[in-house]
Amino acid sequence: MTIVYGKGLKALSIATVVTLLTAFTLVLTYAPVDADQGVIQKIFYVHVPLAIVALGGFIAGGVMAIMYLRTRERRWDMRSYVTIHLSIVLAVGVLITGSIWARASWGHWFVWDEPMLVVFLIVFLLYATYQPLRFSIEDPDKQARYASVFAITAGAFVPLCFGAVRMAEQVTHPQAATMTTSGPGSVTVTFLVALSAMTLLFITLCKYEMASKNVTATVRRLRRRLAGDDDQLSATGRSAAPQL
Amino acid sequence: MRATVAALLRKELALELRTRESVPAMVLFTVTTYVIFHFGLDRNSVEGDLAAGVLWVTLLFAAILGINRLFVADHEQGGFDGFLLAPVDRTAMLVAKAVALLAFLCLVELVAVPAFALLLLGPSLGQALPELLVVLLAADVGIAVVGTLVAALAIQTRARDLMVPLLALPLLVPVVLGASQASAPLLEGAGAAALPGDWLSLLALYDLLFALIAYAVFDFLLED
Repeated sequence: MTIVYGKGLKALSIATVVTLLTAFTLVLTYAPVDADQGVIQKIFYVHVPLAIVALGGFIAGGVMAIMYLRTRERRWDMRSYVTIHLSIVLAVGVLITGSIWARASWGHWFVWDEPMLVVFLIVFLLYATYQPLRFSIEDPDKQARYASVFAITAGAFVPLCFGAVRMAEQVTHPQAATMTTSGPGSVTVTFLVALSAMTLLFITLCKYEMASKNVTATVRRLRRRLAGDDDQLSATGRSAAPQL
Repeated sequence: MRATVAALLRKELALELRTRESVPAMVLFTVTTYVIFHFGLDRNSVEGDLAAGVLWVTLLFAAILGINRLFVADHEQGGFDGFLLAPVDRTAMLVAKAVALLAFLCLVELVAVPAFALLLLGPSLGQALPELLVVLLAADVGIAVVGTLVAALAIQTRARDLMVPLLALPLLVPVVLGASQASAPLLEGAGAAALPGDWLSLLALYDLLFALIAYAVFDFLLED
């Protein structure tokens, strides 16, 4: 039985690199320099796509968790785990780029009367407990089930929070929508290219992590079979990542 | 369903009545926290948004204590097994636990709010009390629903006491936001202003949505 993990990864990786390079070239050469904020405004093309992809990843992780609870197939739990795990990494990037932008254009690293920033921080803090939660449940089935319940609850919390903020507060945050529609066409084009580059990067990273996890599990299974140990669950050790 | 919920709720309340584990500790905690706030803020009285903040942070942290204890007896003494063996709807457990937690919170506030008015609050509570009760109830429902869900999530983990606040606090930020924004004008030093309706409706919306989410996912937490 030969299973090839990470099929089509090479093509996907090349597409990602090309799109990313195109996006950065467009950002540096084609997109206009903002009249008020100057060059620093170009961080917008990194910050906003990162944020959109991270939030989309959180929600997608919730949807995959629903699929796990419906089908009880381990690979859905794995997908949900990888998606949320990488979204947390991107969320760190969002907070850092956001802070840099805020420092440059508003003069402070963090601005509390900026609802988008605050909500993003809350969502990040909530998801930061995802790994500890998984890690503190030893039984793999229970871990998958409880992590799925968390992913669904938190996934519903994300749009709820952002919806509430959009409704309740006076919006001073530079909106992706208004910025891209009111600005010149070059802004829209650059933003869309940057967004698709970030989405591609996210998907590629997900696929790489999934392939790596699958290969590790297969190698471990084969090793165990070589050693004549048929017990599936022995000697895997405790881990926050799902066991395949 | 109704009979199951009633039976479970009776069990919860009888247990609390006999062991007196949660509510007295929560009450004591709130009063101690007021003392801490008195020294921490170095103020003899608070009003307006500061008063609302002190009140809600205290009540939230007291609720965390109750949430921590909510499923401990079921986990340690086989309550889950007994419940799962019975041919009843599992949602009954969610409803009964949430109502029990709501009752605990109301009992705590029965002491905590007068104690707050006595110890820290500058303006008198009198005329704003009915509106404050509405805010308290709306926020308590949210805390009870999310608390039950988080408690059931955390009970199976090894570091349960750590997981509960880590999970519950970010999820409950909208409740604290809504509740303190809604009650700040009621505690104003210059006399109570009108209750802001939009914050109250945010609380109600939150309660409704999380009740639906908890109803949808709770069954999966009780499966072995």
